[in-house]
Amino acid sequence: MSAATTSTSTATSTAPGPRRLRGRGFGEPKAHWLAYAVLGLGLVVVTSPFIWMAFSSLKSEGEIRRVPPTWWPEAPTLDNFRELFDRLDFPTFFGNSALVATAVTLGNVVFCSMLGYVLAKSDFAGKTLLFRLVLGTLMIPGMVTLVPLFVLVANMGLVNTYLGLILPFLAAPFGVFLMRQFFLGIPDELIDAARVDGASEARIFVQVVVPLAKPALATLAILTFLGSWNNFLWPLVVATTEDKYTLPVALALYSTGQNQTDYGLLLAGAVVVVVPVLVVFLILQRYFVQGIALTGIK
Amino acid sequence: MSAQTAARPGEQGAPGRAASHQGRAGAQDPYALRRRPPLYRRRTRAAWGFALPFVLLFLTFTAGPVLMSLAMAVTDIRSRDLRNPLAVEFTGLANFQAVLADPLFRKAAANTAYFVLVGVPLTLALSLAIAVVLNAGITRAKTFFRVGYYMPVVTSIVAVAVVWRFLLHPDQGMLNEVLGWFGIEGPNWLQSTTWAMPAMIAMATWRSIGTLIIIFLAGLQSVPTSLHEAAALDGAGTWQRFRYITVPTLRPTLLFGAVITGIGYVQFFEEPFVMTQGGPLNSTLSVAFQTYNQFGFGNYGYAAAMSYVLFLAVVLLTLVQFRLLGDRDEKPRRRRRRTATVVANKEIGR
Repeated sequence: MSAATTSTSTATSTAPGPRRLRGRGFGEPKAHWLAYAVLGLGLVVVTSPFIWMAFSSLKSEGEIRRVPPTWWPEAPTLDNFRELFDRLDFPTFFGNSALVATAVTLGNVVFCSMLGYVLAKSDFAGKTLLFRLVLGTLMIPGMVTLVPLFVLVANMGLVNTYLGLILPFLAAPFGVFLMRQFFLGIPDELIDAARVDGASEARIFVQVVVPLAKPALATLAILTFLGSWNNFLWPLVVATTEDKYTLPVALALYSTGQNQTDYGLLLAGAVVVVVPVLVVFLILQRYFVQGIALTGIK
Repeated sequence: MSAQTAARPGEQGAPGRAASHQGRAGAQDPYALRRRPPLYRRRTRAAWGFALPFVLLFLTFTAGPVLMSLAMAVTDIRSRDLRNPLAVEFTGLANFQAVLADPLFRKAAANTAYFVLVGVPLTLALSLAIAVVLNAGITRAKTFFRVGYYMPVVTSIVAVAVVWRFLLHPDQGMLNEVLGWFGIEGPNWLQSTTWAMPAMIAMATWRSIGTLIIIFLAGLQSVPTSLHEAAALDGAGTWQRFRYITVPTLRPTLLFGAVITGIGYVQFFEEPFVMTQGGPLNSTLSVAFQTYNQFGFGNYGYAAAMSYVLFLAVVLLTLVQFRLLGDRDEKPRRRRRRTATVVANKEIGR
């Protein structure tokens, strides 16, 4: 709060009087060193765990345990990573994570956009009920469905299978909400014009609506992919043998088992889990902002 | 697009009502064509065709389990009953009574309340402060900061746990080292019944502010500049403008942020699961975690009842937040509006 006070008070003091309104404008953000300092300090606090993780994964076991702790690795080494890849079957975990996340993403992109489209752009019997039903489940804690979902999957014989990992997440209410919010912004005239031209609903969807929705679809795809990639509780419950583990499950079981004192290996594992995600995020960050703005503010 | 009027004719089996409905709609609605019965019916068929794949998956894997959970909550079902479901007995509200009387559940409920009551306001205040400074204080590198603050959100909790266990280590950890620079001797965070929960709250805050900052930034951009200009001309200070212009205009956004943070925090599970296993001495045991434990013990009916208690808590918290932050017309707020907004409006000639 104090930061907010200082940052804008300069704007008031520098140029008093009505002339300011014509010039640069009061509402235009004004740079101020104190604001940068506060934000910079906050940024250091927020990102330091990542920086420390990256540095320390290059340290020897002895240096990691040293008191007081060090920042820079004295003698950077990739030994931790080498040993980690020797001990654990990372290509399999990586492949499992990629397979599950890709399938879940494809399902959500297709199914959520189809439902989101008709909820936003079509009048039909049962629409309100369907929308309320889907939206209502957004508030239900995951713990409510965990037990029966496990029983269901067990009865279907899908424990420790890829289908068991994928099916429960193939159609998420969040995606419907996001796509509906986006489709509401598409002008009705475009769709009605296609209808007047005699195009079927399916054709309108594929040839008119989907091309317009590419940014929203990308947002949904990225958010879903990352959510699935990081998902951890369900795979922990359903994947029972190592050949079905996803990356987070493998790291979780390794870090809480008898290996919890292999500090260097654990940090290397954390780097392997985090870095690909961070790279993808940094490249595609604007889609995240878009997704949040789309579902958050209407 | 009014969904409510749209749904009604269908439920009634459109043809009978169609004539009057069409006449009424035709007068006002440029899209009245849609409501014509044959077309409406055809459109309903097409729409359900679009909805079908999602609905089937949703009913099977979401709606079904929600109802099944409710059914389990009123029975004495355990893991061994799964092979012979007929042996399960209906027990009414016995599970719920047992849950509420369970001292471990009460402990977990108190811990969860602590986590939510401290965590939610802290997270909201911090994100709002950062968003305000980002919005008004700087011109360059906005994306850079936004991306930096968002990084923890996209990071796997498992990796986060590994790193934070090191950072919080009493001797080898960076946190106590930094505290030492200021002459503070940090506690043994994760082994202390006093400090384990604050550590969990710090971690959750660190993981949540990124999303809220983006939401608040979007909201701040909708605060009209003219109001700020007029108030500044009237001599309103920065704090006054924040208090009487920014906060009231941002109220819906604040409410939204509070609700999504609250829903997430009541279900507080991952942090203790990966960091403390609910310890030391159950000081970080949450209701969601206790539910998970009961599921692990095979007490399915009991766990289901507990999960519904959690659901109730989510609903209650959301209602309370709507009361506290939602739109309302009470005297104090109206007076505030008169002092700031109305005066400001008059000033700029409205």
